[in-house]
Amino acid sequence: MAMLHIVNKSAFGNATLNSCIKTATQGSSILLIEDAVYAAMGNTSMADIVKEAMNKASISVLGPDLAARGMDQSKVIEGISVIGYDGFVDIVAETDNVQSWL
Amino acid sequence: MSEPWEDEEEGAIKKFMFINRKAPYGTIYALESLEVVLISAAFDQDVSLVFSDDGVFQLKKDQDPESIGMKNFSRTYRALEGYDVEKLYVDKESMEERGLTEDDLLVDVEMLSKEELGNLMNEQDVVLSF
Amino acid sequence: MPIEVNGKTLETDEEGYLADLNDWEPAVAEVMAKLEDCELTDEHWEIINYLREYYEEYQIAPAVRVLTKAVGKKMGKDKGNSKYLYGLFPYGPGKQACKYAGLPKPTGCV
Repeated sequence: MAMLHIVNKSAFGNATLNSCIKTATQGSSILLIEDAVYAAMGNTSMADIVKEAMNKASISVLGPDLAARGMDQSKVIEGISVIGYDGFVDIVAETDNVQSWL
Repeated sequence: MSEPWEDEEEGAIKKFMFINRKAPYGTIYALESLEVVLISAAFDQDVSLVFSDDGVFQLKKDQDPESIGMKNFSRTYRALEGYDVEKLYVDKESMEERGLTEDDLLVDVEMLSKEELGNLMNEQDVVLSF
Repeated sequence: MPIEVNGKTLETDEEGYLADLNDWEPAVAEVMAKLEDCELTDEHWEIINYLREYYEEYQIAPAVRVLTKAVGKKMGKDKGNSKYLYGLFPYGPGKQACKYAGLPKPTGCV
C-alpha cells in the first residue's frame, strides 16, 4: 500500500516531520507544504535527516509555498521534487491513502 | 494647533517587546503581531521586536505569496523605520539552524545570543508573544 | 454603499473605503471627493499619489504621524506638517486621503 504523508508544520522546534519520517515505510511518499517547506532546503540543520529519509520515501515540496516564503527552488535538496498544485493532485490520486500530520 | 497625539501625557512610555516565533503564512501569528506593533508604535511606545525560532523566516528576502493568495506583508517590515521602530533583534542560533545569514534578511537587524536576548527581555515592561 | 465611477459600480465598506484596491482609478478619487464637497487640486493629488506609492512599497496605509514625516522628507517642511495636510484634508489626512487613494483605513486609526 503506497501511502502519502503530508506535513505542514515547520520541522524546527516541532517533532512532526521527525515523527513522520520515522513512521513512513519503504516506498511511501512525503509531501512538504506550508511551513514544512523550509525543511526541503539544503543548508539547514534538518538536511541530513531529510536526505536519510529519501532512502525509503520519495519526497516532494510544494513550489508555491516555497515562493511565498522567499525560498530559492534551486537550493532545495537534490532529489526532492518541486511540484505545483497540479502535481499535488496527481500524487494524491496515485497513492492509496493519505496521512495528514496536522 | 494641537493634535490628538500631542495631547498624550508625556512619561506614559513603556518598553514593549514583541517576540515572534512563528513562520509567516502557515499561521496568522506573524501578521497579527505586525499589526499590533504598528498600533503600539503609533502611540509612541518604546518598541522592540525579537525574531526567534521559525520567526526568523518572517524577515526572509524575496517573499512572493501571491500564488497562495496572501498579501506580501513582508514589505511592511521595511516601513517600521518610518514608525521609529528600529530595535530589531534576531536569535543567532535560530538563523544558523535554518541556514540563514544576515544577507538573507530584508531589514537591518542585530544578531544576539539567547543569553543576550534573555537579558533584554528582563528590561521590558511588557512582553508579548506571537 | 457602492459608488458609480465611469459607468461601473464599485463596492465600498460602510465608511466609504474601496472594497477592492484594484478597482481604483483617478476618477474614483474625484467621485469620492465630490461626495464630500471637496475640490481636488494638484496639491491634493500630490498627497494621494504619494499614498499610493507608499502602499505599493510597504503594503500598508501609513499612520498620520508617519505620513507627515515622510511628506516632509519628500516634499519639504512647508508640506510636511499637520496644518498643511489637515488644510487639504479636513476630515484627517489619514482617513480622507487614504480613502480617495483607494487604500484601506490606516492601521491604528480609530
